[in-house]
Amino acid sequence: MSALITFERLAGMIGLMIAVIALAILRDRSNPKRITTALFWGLIAYCLLFDQVTVDLWGKVAAHRIIGAAVVLVAVIAGLGGVGRGEAAPIDGRASAARLGGWLFVPSLSIPVVVIICSVGLKGVSLGGILLFDSSQVTLGAFGVAAIVALALACWITKGTPVEALRESRRLIDAVGWAAILPMMLAILGGVFAAAKTGDSIKLLTLMVAPEHQRLLIVALYCTGMAVFTMIMGNAFAAFPVMTAGLALPILVKEMGANPAPLVAIGMYAGYCGTLVTPMAANFNMVPAALLELKDRYGVIRAQIPTAVAMFFVNIVLMYFLAFL
Amino acid sequence: MIWADILPLIGVPLVVAGFALRLNPLLVVVGAGVATGLAVGIAPLDLLELIGEKFVGARSLALFILMLPVIGLLERYGLREQAAGWIARFRNASAGRILMLYFVFREIAAAIGLPSIGGQVSMVRPLLVPMLEGAATARLGTLPERSVERLRASAAAAENIGLFFGEDIFIAFGAVLLMDAFLRENGIDGIDPLGIGLWAIPSAIAALLIHGARISRLDAAIARDVAEVGGK
Repeated sequence: MSALITFERLAGMIGLMIAVIALAILRDRSNPKRITTALFWGLIAYCLLFDQVTVDLWGKVAAHRIIGAAVVLVAVIAGLGGVGRGEAAPIDGRASAARLGGWLFVPSLSIPVVVIICSVGLKGVSLGGILLFDSSQVTLGAFGVAAIVALALACWITKGTPVEALRESRRLIDAVGWAAILPMMLAILGGVFAAAKTGDSIKLLTLMVAPEHQRLLIVALYCTGMAVFTMIMGNAFAAFPVMTAGLALPILVKEMGANPAPLVAIGMYAGYCGTLVTPMAANFNMVPAALLELKDRYGVIRAQIPTAVAMFFVNIVLMYFLAFL
Repeated sequence: MIWADILPLIGVPLVVAGFALRLNPLLVVVGAGVATGLAVGIAPLDLLELIGEKFVGARSLALFILMLPVIGLLERYGLREQAAGWIARFRNASAGRILMLYFVFREIAAAIGLPSIGGQVSMVRPLLVPMLEGAATARLGTLPERSVERLRASAAAAENIGLFFGEDIFIAFGAVLLMDAFLRENGIDGIDPLGIGLWAIPSAIAALLIHGARISRLDAAIARDVAEVGGK
């Protein structure tokens, strides 16, 4: 069954938004690198907006090659320092804050409400044979709808316009800069690692340092493997199958009789301790640092290290006892 | 180990060195991907195809950009000022107490299946950070840069830690379903998602206590910054 709100359409909307922003950057004379910055965002917009068109025109293989080349070019532009930022007019919202008061909170607070209504209440609802939400991506669709509803509410409350909203998003995109794209680049690296079977090599390395099958040693090694592999991949979900199938199931479960449920639950948490301390988990650690305009790019990670280290040892202890009750 | 086992790892030292040398992370990451692909013998055109395919598959990570227009517009019309002013009216509010409330609320909401409450773009930047800064400023006067950095980093950290350690309890969350599917694929039956979620609770409580204890020291740290560098 076809659907009204699909991820393809949301991605197209993001692409269109970035394309408009790229044009605005091109005309922004206060940005010393406006041409390369606009090229950077223009290429991203192309990849998001026209991927399906490119596939229809030249087929999947050629389309993916073109997008791949665009992605490499984007990385080179950023690597050569081609992404700059313009000067934004300073904001003084005190007067309008006094005028609008608590109404200003309504659009932000509507976001979670709309996400929950759409993902729980409107799941599987169809109009005239067309599903409202693509059933495999309801949460993503709900998030998109929530963003649009919140924008409509914000325009209504502030009497601002969507054009003004786009201008403001340019200010935020300028502030975040290349970090906005980093999560997608890391997903690419994860894909290349998977194709190169990097996980197998890491599994081999881990097994080499575990000649002795002693319970605490293997528990500590599994947790360490989860954390370190997650730090490399930036994602505990990528580390989990490799470390669990390679180390935890054959030795801890089959040989030593561990209970799999606490083993995997706590093993995943050991991976999250890695997520908290790696720049590779860009959407959690690097994008917020840019978004909050921190001077220290690694400020968020630094704030998380003590908790991550403490939780790492807590997880080893918990696994040692709870998996063998 | 033989060469074929080591070559797939070539990206790892490249990434570490690249970040250590503070090269641009986009270049480091894509460079490491290209080096790894070529090292294991993927042809250049196939590698470009793989990169393009993975980019298309990862587009959902750009979804936060959809949130920028509404947040930007609200900021232009004074959302941050309003959040700071609103919180400054509560005489007992301090940055540490507000952040503690947010952290506990965030972890519990994620644990009962409401991870969409919160978010770095929709909550932390426009609402939480102005409230923390507003409360601290009302108590201590103008904050030195060090305190502003500390408050902002702590806000982002509380958001991440609350989310991570809360959501694994909820049985319909992706991680729990992933673990469940993985166990069944590997021939281990008789474990249901509820069991996995329950065993996540001890770690979740430990995270609540450990990070909560750290947040409870935030006010003192900010006061120390202000005393050292000079506020008012």
